[in-house]
Amino acid sequence: MTSRDKILKAVAENQPVRTPLHQIPDFSVEGDLISSFITVAEKIGSRVFRLTDLNEVEPLVLDQFPLSRRTLSLIPEISRFYSADMISGESLHAFENVNVAVIKGHFGVAENSAVWITEDLTGQRVMPFIAEHLVIVINITDIVGTMHDAYQKISGDQYGYGVFIAGPSKTADIEQSLVLGAHGPRSLTLLLLDR
Amino acid sequence: MSQLKDHAELAEAFNKDELRVDWHDETLWFVRQKRDIAAQSISQWEELRNAASMIKDNVLSNLHTYLTAFEKQALSNGIKVHWASDAKEHNEIVRGILKSRQVDKVVKSKSMLTEECHLNEYLSTHGIEVIDSDLGELIVQLAKEPPSHIVLPCIHKKKEEIGELFHAHLGVEKGTTDPQILTEAARIHLRETFLTRRAALTGVNFAIAETGEFVICTNEGNADMGAHLADVHIASMGIEKLLPERKHLGVFLRLLARSATGQPITTYSSHFKTPRPGQEMHIVIVDNGRSKQLGRDDFRNSLKCIRCGACMNTCPVYRRSGGHSYHYAISGPIGAILAPNLDMKKNADLPFASTLCGSCSNVCPVKINIHEQLYQWRQVIVKEGYAKLGKTLGMKLMALTLSEPKVYRAAGKAGRWVLNHIPFAVNNKLNPWYKQREMPQAPGESFGEWYKKNRKS
Repeated sequence: MTSRDKILKAVAENQPVRTPLHQIPDFSVEGDLISSFITVAEKIGSRVFRLTDLNEVEPLVLDQFPLSRRTLSLIPEISRFYSADMISGESLHAFENVNVAVIKGHFGVAENSAVWITEDLTGQRVMPFIAEHLVIVINITDIVGTMHDAYQKISGDQYGYGVFIAGPSKTADIEQSLVLGAHGPRSLTLLLLDR
Repeated sequence: MSQLKDHAELAEAFNKDELRVDWHDETLWFVRQKRDIAAQSISQWEELRNAASMIKDNVLSNLHTYLTAFEKQALSNGIKVHWASDAKEHNEIVRGILKSRQVDKVVKSKSMLTEECHLNEYLSTHGIEVIDSDLGELIVQLAKEPPSHIVLPCIHKKKEEIGELFHAHLGVEKGTTDPQILTEAARIHLRETFLTRRAALTGVNFAIAETGEFVICTNEGNADMGAHLADVHIASMGIEKLLPERKHLGVFLRLLARSATGQPITTYSSHFKTPRPGQEMHIVIVDNGRSKQLGRDDFRNSLKCIRCGACMNTCPVYRRSGGHSYHYAISGPIGAILAPNLDMKKNADLPFASTLCGSCSNVCPVKINIHEQLYQWRQVIVKEGYAKLGKTLGMKLMALTLSEPKVYRAAGKAGRWVLNHIPFAVNNKLNPWYKQREMPQAPGESFGEWYKKNRKS
């Protein structure tokens, strides 16, 4: 018998009488989702800016990262930094020196300030991790309350890879002292567009 | 570390440095307090815990169906699925994949399952170098120690010791103790590793039967850096990691980080569904005693564990004895109810490393009755004959004393007399109750004697 069959047989024999699948109760929250999102985001080390529209993104990125030698974006409206390389880059290692990556996010979650990103928004999967600084743009109307609302939104979605990102990469492994910029981005900037 | 020493002996070694014990205790209590604040910020926290526990009840009672559904979906997503009955088979499968790709250097993110299987040691004896990429894991790896906590692997280490390790291995200036500078040194060192390793090993936090995807949670981004840059990604998971549908992640991701560190969510919650073009993705599904635990009515619930570590941070024994005193990959209260299932003889001491105060059960996000299981394991271990002779005899003597009023009264009298007249007879190293404690002042008479006297007058 293969290990697969052996394991499955043991599981079938040892699992208890079936209990029904519990329905997730209604955990919806009331309140101002935008201000909750911003409060939590700033608390966990993200920077948040409210902008009118996409036209304001480029000047803001230039202003915030004046020393960046390599800024990449997949958002066509940010023409100065737009780079198809983000998709077609032959060697992933060519992204090692990216200082700033500017990407779109699908939506944000008020309770934890996480933003849902799928690989079609990042070009390469590694982009939001390898860049030294990450900028994510979302529409201010695309903020949901909780993770339950988030999964309701993406329940039937097809993606190869998706990630909730909440804040810059961090560690507190040395005596519980918080350090931002572990292996991923040293900073996360969230841009909320009014339209 | 010697495996022959039991929890009490290992804890005694840890307890020699009283200041360090106090520091360890306070640091973990600080994490526990952060957990409380995070939990209290959600008004429906208890309902959330209840939902998680009940979803896991369904998972465990229907695991066969979920495992086969997950396998089918994962295969159709282009992931290669392997099954391992035990640690040995898991390690051989991983080595086999690496060997067929001629890979002799791998980068690994945190996985308690691979710790349980002793994968690092196995691979290194076969000429494959493993570099741990989680900062805490890297630190204990450099120190040639196992992690002492499942979420905070080097919580037992002071920054001065980490500075010494980084001076010796990563070339930082001697005497460096600033966590910012030490973390930066690890970042630079590991970036090179991420860019040059062709294979990445990771664990799995949750696997979804409905879609065949699996989710990994990190704060550092190290699992993603490894997996997205490598040609081969191997993810190891225990059979109990399954959830029925994607939407159930909503419940568990809300609980996990809040219970672990008090964060509202980990920085990254990464959902891997298909390999990226040109990449190979493998999942190794591991039993290693889990199907046996599934059949133990009293202990089955331990398989609900989502590895948050809240039970350790709150445990008065863990905080004052250190993770290494548990001599098992998973320390603390949850480790003490998982370990005897794998090796009852070797781990017979662990369920006794508890005051049964119940704090672990109160903070557990999936409502495992940990302290009750600790108590139940004690019954099993004594019955099976694995308890220490001294403990068994002591318990028998106690049973006799408590069941015979005459013996009880005589013993009480003798105890009081000894404590008051010849305290040196018990205030010495031969008495295990004297360790780390002062013996109490005994009253001159028992309550029974006092009552008799006062009722008459």
